Amino acid sequence: MTRYLTRRLGQALLVVAGVVALTFVIMRLVPGDPAVAYAGPRASEEQLAEARRRFGLDEPVYVQLWTYLRDLLSGDWGTSLHTRRPVLDDLYLAFPASLELVGAALAVAVVAGVPAGVLAARYKTKFPDFSVRVTSMLAVSVPVFWLALALQTVLASGLGWFPVAGEYDSRLDVTSPLTLWTNITVVDALITGNWPILTSTLHHLVLPALVVAAYPAGVIAQLTRATLIEEASQDHARLERALGFGETAILTRFALRPALGPVLSLIALVFAYSLVNAFLVEAVFNWPGLGRYAAESIRSLDTPAIAGVTLLVAVVYVLANLVVDLLQAVVDPRVRAR
Amino acid sequence: MSRPISPRSAPPEPGPPEQAPLRRTLPRVPDRFAVAGVVLLALITLAALLAPWLAPYPEDHLDPVNALRPPSAEHWLGTDEVGRDVLSRILYGAQTSLLIAAAVLGASSVVGVTLGVVAGYAGGWLRDVIMRITDVFLAFPALLLSVALAVVLHPSVATVIVAIAVTWWPWYTRLAASTAASVATRPYVDAARCLGVPAPLIVLRHVLPNSLTPVLVQLSLDAGGVILTAAALSYLGLGAQDPTAEWGLMVQLGQSRFTTNWWLAAFPGLAILLTAFACNVLGEGLRNALDPRRTVR
Repeated sequence: MTRYLTRRLGQALLVVAGVVALTFVIMRLVPGDPAVAYAGPRASEEQLAEARRRFGLDEPVYVQLWTYLRDLLSGDWGTSLHTRRPVLDDLYLAFPASLELVGAALAVAVVAGVPAGVLAARYKTKFPDFSVRVTSMLAVSVPVFWLALALQTVLASGLGWFPVAGEYDSRLDVTSPLTLWTNITVVDALITGNWPILTSTLHHLVLPALVVAAYPAGVIAQLTRATLIEEASQDHARLERALGFGETAILTRFALRPALGPVLSLIALVFAYSLVNAFLVEAVFNWPGLGRYAAESIRSLDTPAIAGVTLLVAVVYVLANLVVDLLQAVVDPRVRAR
Repeated sequence: MSRPISPRSAPPEPGPPEQAPLRRTLPRVPDRFAVAGVVLLALITLAALLAPWLAPYPEDHLDPVNALRPPSAEHWLGTDEVGRDVLSRILYGAQTSLLIAAAVLGASSVVGVTLGVVAGYAGGWLRDVIMRITDVFLAFPALLLSVALAVVLHPSVATVIVAIAVTWWPWYTRLAASTAASVATRPYVDAARCLGVPAPLIVLRHVLPNSLTPVLVQLSLDAGGVILTAAALSYLGLGAQDPTAEWGLMVQLGQSRFTTNWWLAAFPGLAILLTAFACNVLGEGLRNALDPRRTVR
């Protein structure tokens, strides 16, 4: 196990290093001089030279890469050109908001997807199965930005059931200000007992979370259905049938548990995908997460900020995969031998 | 956007169960669900090919007098802010979407399979190097890479194709490498090697053709994902530009009028949904038919 762990960790580090190098190359390809962007269009020659020195743009490329790597490791992810704050501080504010959105969406996806999969497997080839298959396929095929727009227009602007945009009612910042601990608003409101902000955030969270949940809910339903049907044809299911258990009992009591293993690893894999999907949804609902930060950074060609977001998402992806592999290695000793 | 994850999760590096060639394993009674997908996709493809004849108006027919008309007998899906017929633009948009999907899947599978077959057959350090490179590209968020490329190359349909293809090929490398590795241990490959057939010829004549089936299935599963990603990029303004008929772009242009002129954004979005749906249903059906363990239908 230790050997597998070290090898897998080494691989993950190598991938992160590769991503850093790739990010560095792409950032150098992006047109627009960061020094000009920082110093402003009317800067004098001296101010430009000063900005260049400041960002190390007058050094040779390999020195710049080395400096970049050293700075990243020491926690200096550069200064954002548009917020003029350290990128890491910005990410520390934006990432929790995205995490909140994706976390809520994955919770919805599990709550909706697993029972739907069970239902479909129980009534295989019957009408419930057919409707779950069609719905889950529609859920994975829908363009998220379009679903977000449609729900926002109909349920928020039209019927007024939900707020149109934002994370919570900003007036609450005055009446009941929130103390920040984790920067995840729901969690902070919960620990500090700030009920007005908690209810407001949950209310704002419904629509964006539903939209982000569509894709994972669809794949979870499909996977649950497929694994349950496979489990129900195994020998243990035949024994249970002989012992007089009904089909529903076999599925929910015996087959569901082994089927949840693959679903769990799917959730970890779908996490990084949903994070990037959330970018599009955040733009529509003006959610103060990574997506909105990335969009602002792209608009102002803010290379350090774009690089920061890219690295963060890549690290999250690598970590999610690492967790899946390690969990599988714990559960299944055959994986370690590979 | 990263590549959508199929329910069977990412292909593992070591070899999957051997898959027989297509024609031998296709079931006699086809899955009705999958057939529906085939029919739907065939209709969409036909609509794209016949767009110049089917469309009631030319792609860029301006008619400012009849701007922003709701769906009616003359304009089944209404008109946009310069009086262009939405239905005609959706039909022409099908050309753009299918072209992007075909180009991305073609380019990334050629690159991906070539690298994958080499890695799988050669093994050793070459395989390790290629695999670590694919890992890096897999970890890199595709949407952000596409954004960076679109900024460098200037937004256009070609940019979208390049941007998605750059982030898409590693999946085929992984898949082809795992199949090629198992094909490389077959007796007929050994036999060829003993007869002194040079390695490039073995790869070309024996390993490559026998490693293709899983890739073909994966390609059909991925078409929907490519169409969604391309639409998202165009929606962000990083793809096709205005006179071009493109569904994601049409949603973007129509979104500010969603409350008053809903048909501008609603119908192009529906077109994306239907096309992606048809591709996904077809892909799933093909996978079920080819996977002997999946007798479920």
